[in-house]
Amino acid sequence: MLNQGIADIARALVSGEYSSVEITQAYLDQIALHNGELNAFITVTPEQALAQATAADQVRASGNAGVFTGVPIAHKDIFCTAGVRTSCGSRMLDNFIAPYNATVVEKLLNAGAVMLGKTNMDEFAMGSSNETSYYGPVKNPWNRTLVPGGSSGGSAAAVSGQLCPAATATDTGGSIRQPASFCGLTGIKPTYGRVSRWGMIAFASSLDQAGTLTRTAEDAAIMLGIMAGFDPKDSTSVDLPVPDYCAQLNKPLHGLRIGIPRQHFAQGLKPEVEIQIRAALHEFEKLGATIKEISLDNSHYSVAAYYVIAPAEASANLSRYDGVRFGYRCAKPVDLEDMYKRSRGEGFGAEVKRRIMIGTYALSAGYYDAYYIKAQKVRRLIKDDFVHAFNEVDVIMGPTSPHTAFPLGAKTKDPVAMYLEDIYTIAVNLAGLPGISIPAGTVNGLPVGLQIVGRDFDEAKLLNIAHMFQQATAWHLLTPGA
Amino acid sequence: MTITLEDVENIAHLARLQLSPTEKQEALSSITNILQVIDQMQSINTTGVEPLAHAYEAAQRLRDDVVTEKDQRITLLALAPSTQRGLFLVPKVLE
Repeated sequence: MLNQGIADIARALVSGEYSSVEITQAYLDQIALHNGELNAFITVTPEQALAQATAADQVRASGNAGVFTGVPIAHKDIFCTAGVRTSCGSRMLDNFIAPYNATVVEKLLNAGAVMLGKTNMDEFAMGSSNETSYYGPVKNPWNRTLVPGGSSGGSAAAVSGQLCPAATATDTGGSIRQPASFCGLTGIKPTYGRVSRWGMIAFASSLDQAGTLTRTAEDAAIMLGIMAGFDPKDSTSVDLPVPDYCAQLNKPLHGLRIGIPRQHFAQGLKPEVEIQIRAALHEFEKLGATIKEISLDNSHYSVAAYYVIAPAEASANLSRYDGVRFGYRCAKPVDLEDMYKRSRGEGFGAEVKRRIMIGTYALSAGYYDAYYIKAQKVRRLIKDDFVHAFNEVDVIMGPTSPHTAFPLGAKTKDPVAMYLEDIYTIAVNLAGLPGISIPAGTVNGLPVGLQIVGRDFDEAKLLNIAHMFQQATAWHLLTPGA
Repeated sequence: MTITLEDVENIAHLARLQLSPTEKQEALSSITNILQVIDQMQSINTTGVEPLAHAYEAAQRLRDDVVTEKDQRITLLALAPSTQRGLFLVPKVLE
């Protein structure tokens, strides 16, 4: 039963095949057995999970269960959870116990979800391999010498390694989609503003968005339906009704116009990956879609613009960690400046410090126009490329990543190589669009992800397209070692 | 654009980050490489392009000017590394 997803578990709970306590205990046992090696969880909450599962079983017995009642999940350790440590993968917050729940956590809790624990991640979500975590790297369940991707690597490894059926995640430049690709999962980054950021520790506020890592598009539809919606506590939350994502999953794809950006099939893409992606595109043609080559002229500048904008926003957001109100404080500070500098110097890891410095530099006097304003202009050009493309096509497809999962340690010494990991995903965040990665093949036994990008608030269409592909193919059913 | 070790020290000071000599050297080399990537932007003509700060150029939403937060003084102070008589405690600022 451990290879089941949300929909399977919901059905089994309804039929009485097992109880929430039983499935929760089964996952807790799996975590106890395998987390030592995968390092997917930073914190496991067995007592709380079993108490929530017991309560969920009682709700079900009283006839008031919803679809999510009693389904165990995990939360990325970027979401504040009342009474449970929220570390964000950082020494800075190693001792931080949030006094409140993030809106996403609260909504899932109210829907009856059981929290198994908090998953590992790159420190402050800054990384593409889950190797910058203060709590050590996460291993890819498909091959434990490889990275799971990042920054939501713990969530991806936990779902893929069958330590939980689904997990929350966040995506600032590819942090849901790239781990989904590397671990053979379905990962959706909704439109900016679709899911509340309240209680989600900020990295780059104009780019951060919460989403899900699941086994199937159907599971993503169920979970996103609960997470999405207006939240007055997030000033950029969008006040639009949430459609019934599940109701639209089975719409036929006949007439769907797919655009494939020539820049995403150019130099740098591994030929073996391209073969798999082209085969997946052919599958969509069989389902009635048409394919047209398009151009995203400025897409190759997206990494450059992103590595100004995201660090600039991060340098401002992370200025709150000052050793005064919460988080790490250095020992025996001699004065205030020494306290700030050593608390931050010791509390942050190398990558976080690097990005704070890039952001500080880009925002500093004399460089603001050349870097920050220039990057914002490029950002508009990148968004305009998508606007033009969507005049001709309904969705855009291509590889999520140029390759499959790479070895642990392969890129840790070369930040630029790591940044280029997100070459196909970053532009989507800059434009605020929704994107999903779904399993679409394998290369040497490792998963390949197909990215599908939609218009603003077109999550229902992305989930529909992903679901129809999963009805026609079996890539999403592959599990590590199977 | 190129940066020097002095620039690194200045940036680290502005960002209130204590760096060891090894960290400074590492920062100099990695930030130099990253700036090379970033500088690729300079080849695009952006004359007349309006900067885009945000994917949705909506106006900031406002709410009624009423108190919505409840008093959480004790809860929040409990998170602090050091407090005294209901205040956050920091090293002496004035001699």
